[in-house]
Amino acid sequence: MTTISQANPAAAETEPLPEQQLRPRSYWPFVLPALIVVLAVIVFPWVFTIWMSLNEWKVGSSTAFVGLANYLRLPTDPRFIEAIGHTLLYTVLSVVFPVIFGTLAAVVFHAQFPFRGFLRAVFIMPMMATPVAVALVWTMMFHPQLGVLNYLLSLVGIPPQLWVFHPATVIPSLVLVETWHWTPLVMLIVLGGIAAIPTEPYESAKIDGATHWQMFRYITLPLIAPFLFIAAMIRTIDAVKSFDTIFAITQGGPGSASETINLYLYSVAFVYYDLGYGSAIAVVFFALIVVLAAVLLYLRQRTLWTEIGGGA
Amino acid sequence: MADNRISRRAVLAGAAATGALGVTGFPARAAEPQWKKYAGTRLEVILAKGPRGDNLQKYIKEFTELTGIEVESEQIPEQQQRQKAVIELASGKPSFDVVHLSYHVQKRQFEKAGWLADLTDYMKDPTLTAPDLVESDFSAAGLTYAKDDKGRMLSLPWSVDYFILYYNKAMFAEKGVAVPRTLDEMVEAADKLTDPKKGTFGFVGRGLRNANMTLWTNFYLDYGGEFLDAKGNILTDGPEAIEATKLYQRLLTKYSPPGVAGFNWMESMASFTQGRSAMWIDGVGWAPPLEDPNASRVVGKVGYTVVPAGPKGQYSATYGDGIGVAAASKNKEAAYLLCQWVVSKKQGSRLLQAGGGVPFRNSVLNDPEVQAGVKLPKEWLQSAIDSAKISKLGLPVVIPVAEFRDIVGAALTATLSGADPATELKKAHEQYRPILERSEKA
Repeated sequence: MTTISQANPAAAETEPLPEQQLRPRSYWPFVLPALIVVLAVIVFPWVFTIWMSLNEWKVGSSTAFVGLANYLRLPTDPRFIEAIGHTLLYTVLSVVFPVIFGTLAAVVFHAQFPFRGFLRAVFIMPMMATPVAVALVWTMMFHPQLGVLNYLLSLVGIPPQLWVFHPATVIPSLVLVETWHWTPLVMLIVLGGIAAIPTEPYESAKIDGATHWQMFRYITLPLIAPFLFIAAMIRTIDAVKSFDTIFAITQGGPGSASETINLYLYSVAFVYYDLGYGSAIAVVFFALIVVLAAVLLYLRQRTLWTEIGGGA
Repeated sequence: MADNRISRRAVLAGAAATGALGVTGFPARAAEPQWKKYAGTRLEVILAKGPRGDNLQKYIKEFTELTGIEVESEQIPEQQQRQKAVIELASGKPSFDVVHLSYHVQKRQFEKAGWLADLTDYMKDPTLTAPDLVESDFSAAGLTYAKDDKGRMLSLPWSVDYFILYYNKAMFAEKGVAVPRTLDEMVEAADKLTDPKKGTFGFVGRGLRNANMTLWTNFYLDYGGEFLDAKGNILTDGPEAIEATKLYQRLLTKYSPPGVAGFNWMESMASFTQGRSAMWIDGVGWAPPLEDPNASRVVGKVGYTVVPAGPKGQYSATYGDGIGVAAASKNKEAAYLLCQWVVSKKQGSRLLQAGGGVPFRNSVLNDPEVQAGVKLPKEWLQSAIDSAKISKLGLPVVIPVAEFRDIVGAALTATLSGADPATELKKAHEQYRPILERSEKA
């Protein structure tokens, strides 16, 4: 994404020739350090990953070139196919819920009420916690017998749930953690958007007799759309590559019910030591992310297009 | 596995050969090794976090006093330690000289890659080896783990983990249930002890994918299962496996706490120490937390016994740790001295007496003086001694052990949500077989 957005200004710079001619030839050595760093930490690992993905490469054994064999294994690997499904479900849910709750929270915290600043600070506290620590605390809370969540449910007469300990509820339960953890971030972004909306549209809407819902639906929402979009984009990228929360709570279980591509990739490369196949998964995963980023960028362009002044 | 073939005779022959070569005098076998020969050497040790690592670090000053060898050691959580060790060894330049290895996961991998130094000759060299350290002192399981298929000792067996049955005596007495001797009796007992209304359950054990294999294989062995045939094909989807899985499914769905599909040893132990579950089958090393008043509500109420017998036999699924020298180490002799000290009688006694592990050495386990110093209940020690007699390796000795545990383990977990054992096992093995074949070909 960043490469694409930076590409435009760079292309614009190459057009006016005179500026380039002004630069002395000795200018180029100064670019070398950056070039070497980019080659060493971005280009080389990538080329090497692709190379590994074309080999049978197991730690402790000799390596052999196998062409596309590792890639051909992917469509027949049920765990990989399932992992794609888990990743999509997990991503969609952990984008939608934080965005909805974050927007609601932003609307609430935009209103004037006593102790607003203090409560805002309290609200964003989850975001400051370390994901693994958060995960461990939630693991204890999810415990079917000893956890506090089932105790709370029992107070209102709901039977105990299995949370992360059952294949059917594990992903929604993980999304609950993710939502708790990252709703504040969405709130902060959207709050910025709401603060930038001028007050005049609301005043005229009130004169016209609009309800609160109408004002939210026809004024607030369209004006904060670009902010919502940024929040959704940040959340999508975070959720797709989410690892720490899932790994710390379920390690992909029960069974492989919460195994996302990232977790499977980790198992293949660092538990099974099958670096060749792991690299193939990494390459495919990267391709998926690039496609996703392209779609998001395209949508972002569209929201900019329909943007109604103010706001961003 | 044909490992006991190299026995005392071979050792004596080896010792005689050393003597004949005139490296040292033959009678020196009775003398102490030259401990100080490598004084001033610095060794790096990579340890898995746990009581074995603690036991080493706590007394390491004694080793330095004895040999003049300085030791730097670090304890890393088990999973990460395994990964770190493998990645560093594969690089050819490991940062450590001595490595703590999990036999049941790493044996084949380490052997095939040639990462460990051969200790066979060191063990025959009286200038390096104390007279009481002989191969025959290690239990059969230990030697199976430590030796490769050519009979070379590639590590020293350190601590063995037998699966035993923990049971809550108070809960048994309340319901008038006898300690089960067979798996069928265990199911009956579990049935009587389960009372979901009171939140108490007859049984608890590992349901989490991968971890659950260690419990399941104990049932599998008791049903007469073997892991591999003579050609190295995996057999864990045969009729024995299906029966074992049915038992596993029954125990964990009918008589275990809800959510057991996500339980590893830690959650199982929590349920047992809270007095919520009456029986628990797991490694012998968990007794100290069960008897710790700060961590357990069942102190003094825990019974320890061997895993009940199945229709085709009675076994204790066995796992273990060893300590070895990296083949790439420049200080192999000094590193070997450290390994030897780690499995020495003194260190082994301390480990056993603290309940941190059970040494593979018979001279430690069977020494009445050592036994007298064990602080845990006598029943616990007896369960370890009895398990040693029925010990059988709990996992197939293949390279892709982790894949085996993950894939077949996921099938087991699936049966806990009602899937059919035979279908799940078949599906899992279709997935696993090509992986095993690929790894053996490589």
